[in-house]
Amino acid sequence: MQLSLEQVSKSVGAEVYLYPVSLNLVPSAVTVLLGATRAGKTTLMRVMAGLDAPTHGRVKVDGRDVTGLSVRQRNVAMVYQQFINYPSMTVFDNIASPLRLRGEKEIEARVQALAAKLHIEPFLQRLPAELSGGQQQRVALARALAKQAPLMLLDEPLVNLDYKLREELREELTQLFATGDSTVVYATTEPTEALLLGGYTAVMDAGELLQYGPTAEVFHRPQSIRVARAFSDPPMNLLPGEAATLGVELPGNVQVAVPLPSNGSRSVTLGVRASALRVQRRDGDVALPGTVELAEISGSDTFVHVDTPVGEVVAQLTGVHYYDLGASITLYLHPSQVYVFNEAGVLLVAPEHPTRRDA
Amino acid sequence: MARIDLDLAHAYKPHPTQDSDYALLPLKMSFRDGGAYALLGPSGCGKTTMLNIISGLVTPSQGTVMFDGRDVTRQSPQERNIAQVFQFPVIYDTMTVAENLAFPLRNRGISPDRIRQRVGVIAEMLEMSGQLHQRAANLSADAKQKISLGRGLVREDVSAVLFDEPLTVIDPHLKWQLRRKLKQIHHELRLTLIYVTHDQVEALTFADEVVVMTRGRAVQVGTADQLFERPRHTFVGHFIGSPGMNFLQARYADGQLLVGDCRLALPQDKAEALRQAGEFVLGVRPEYVEPAPEGHPEAVAVRIEQVQDIGTYWMLTSRVGQAVLRARLSPETRVPAAGETMWLRLVGPHTCYYKNEELLA
Repeated sequence: MQLSLEQVSKSVGAEVYLYPVSLNLVPSAVTVLLGATRAGKTTLMRVMAGLDAPTHGRVKVDGRDVTGLSVRQRNVAMVYQQFINYPSMTVFDNIASPLRLRGEKEIEARVQALAAKLHIEPFLQRLPAELSGGQQQRVALARALAKQAPLMLLDEPLVNLDYKLREELREELTQLFATGDSTVVYATTEPTEALLLGGYTAVMDAGELLQYGPTAEVFHRPQSIRVARAFSDPPMNLLPGEAATLGVELPGNVQVAVPLPSNGSRSVTLGVRASALRVQRRDGDVALPGTVELAEISGSDTFVHVDTPVGEVVAQLTGVHYYDLGASITLYLHPSQVYVFNEAGVLLVAPEHPTRRDA
Repeated sequence: MARIDLDLAHAYKPHPTQDSDYALLPLKMSFRDGGAYALLGPSGCGKTTMLNIISGLVTPSQGTVMFDGRDVTRQSPQERNIAQVFQFPVIYDTMTVAENLAFPLRNRGISPDRIRQRVGVIAEMLEMSGQLHQRAANLSADAKQKISLGRGLVREDVSAVLFDEPLTVIDPHLKWQLRRKLKQIHHELRLTLIYVTHDQVEALTFADEVVVMTRGRAVQVGTADQLFERPRHTFVGHFIGSPGMNFLQARYADGQLLVGDCRLALPQDKAEALRQAGEFVLGVRPEYVEPAPEGHPEAVAVRIEQVQDIGTYWMLTSRVGQAVLRARLSPETRVPAAGETMWLRLVGPHTCYYKNEELLA
């Protein structure tokens, strides 16, 4: 199913919720809508679903204009943040309801198969309220999948779950999306979730669609500072500097030798991903001495906040590392690992992604 | 400040007969005087029950709570001299910031000079000195929660300060700053702090030692390093780290380690323990699964099912028998495409071995 948005915008009174958006979603693939709260993700989804009409612009399905059609006249499945199920129906009947509505056959077998996929078979005769949050959301997902709608919209479906449960369910969803035929739109505020889901990503900020493309490509080549900021966790370190003969000069007399295009501006912003900062020195590295403000430990990674002459930066180190508050530390950075943005925040230079291969 | 010793259990009903009758299974645990602890686990694991038993909001169905060797099991939070900070701000909107911070002290008849000094210290630590004379009502949710934290920390004579997910309402971008504040404050004041959370970053960052809990049981008490490197229980391996540890069925056979139908070299220092165990589970974190040359005695050949570019690293998913094996590789690694075969090293210094979910070697 090909969903296209042509110059779709949405305003309520004087307030603009969505600036004109044009977007052709890749059919039968996952598109992640990535952005902070109030970026316009939900507004855009409601327009895609037909829950709201856009103020201007058109929505097309396989070339057919559906702009005025309500959600009832379209074939769309939706899953929300809150676990929405019919409270008085058993889990079985919840999942069966979209099938019954369409007068389908072999309902029993279909429900069993979906329940098996989502690991809720033991609970089919229970009421939703007797289940944990994670199980309730699995029921809502099973019901949405039962519809077999060509378009499936998920609005931060995992946000209310514990992170381990989120990890598990995200993994299963990725598999289900990959084997299904639906065009999937999945809204999230979390960059890592977008990367784990893969597919395509549309980055949104303050009611604007900033960039759309294959997820890894958008991550590795953000076209602007705004995209880089929205698509990094921990945030990309953004350091104000000046274009110099040998590259970029940062405060504290730090030189980063990175070739710049000749048409760039004088004041630039250097972007450094937290993972590009290391504590082991390599040939050609720039050294950034500083003091530790905090080491945040996630288990798999340690995020070290460091006060340096070029500003405050965050370094991501793999594994568990201890640093006392106020301890001295030197971070190292290779000039080939930096991003450079011009005065207007447009990307000038991005690191080569050495082993990127086409999937 | 006090050292806290727990030797207790808490059941939902009068005559518990099975594990699921307990909110907290029988446990013995000590919290050092002046230590920072986190109780970490998924919802329903018993962490809040444990906190409420320490504070005196809940009386355990059996056993004792001791503060500095004194039995306080039947005492109220006031009698135990506990300060608490909850998920949502608990402050007086009509009072100023300074009055809010002073309230717990004023209640105890401390001299005005001393109160002023103490409120000054706490406000300075929380970077609220500039707002001392503002009414609390008009402040942001973040600022209000900072006042709650300040109220919890303002008294020097408390036995312990207990926190129940105190950063829930804080904007994600400000969270790390408050974590840093809490850490600094712990360094300066050396209070006994106990902190409940389901967020591993919060727990591992804040605490000297983390109590990992599941289904009413404290399965390991340890530093971040210990929990990551040597999980004592498979649940810890699974819960700490994203994704968690890989677990593969394995057994001892003729002086070798059998995983699926692959024969691997035994780790010499653990050979005897593994021989005695016979069958066990091999646990290795995705961070420690490394590419290895073909035929490496500590590696298995796997077919790669999925290659994900997670931006700052590669995630490879494969299968050994029925079990999923994930490897997290640095962005500089040359990774294969899905469908290709690759040798991955399973046995190494970071590999752990489990029997009945408990660490064996």
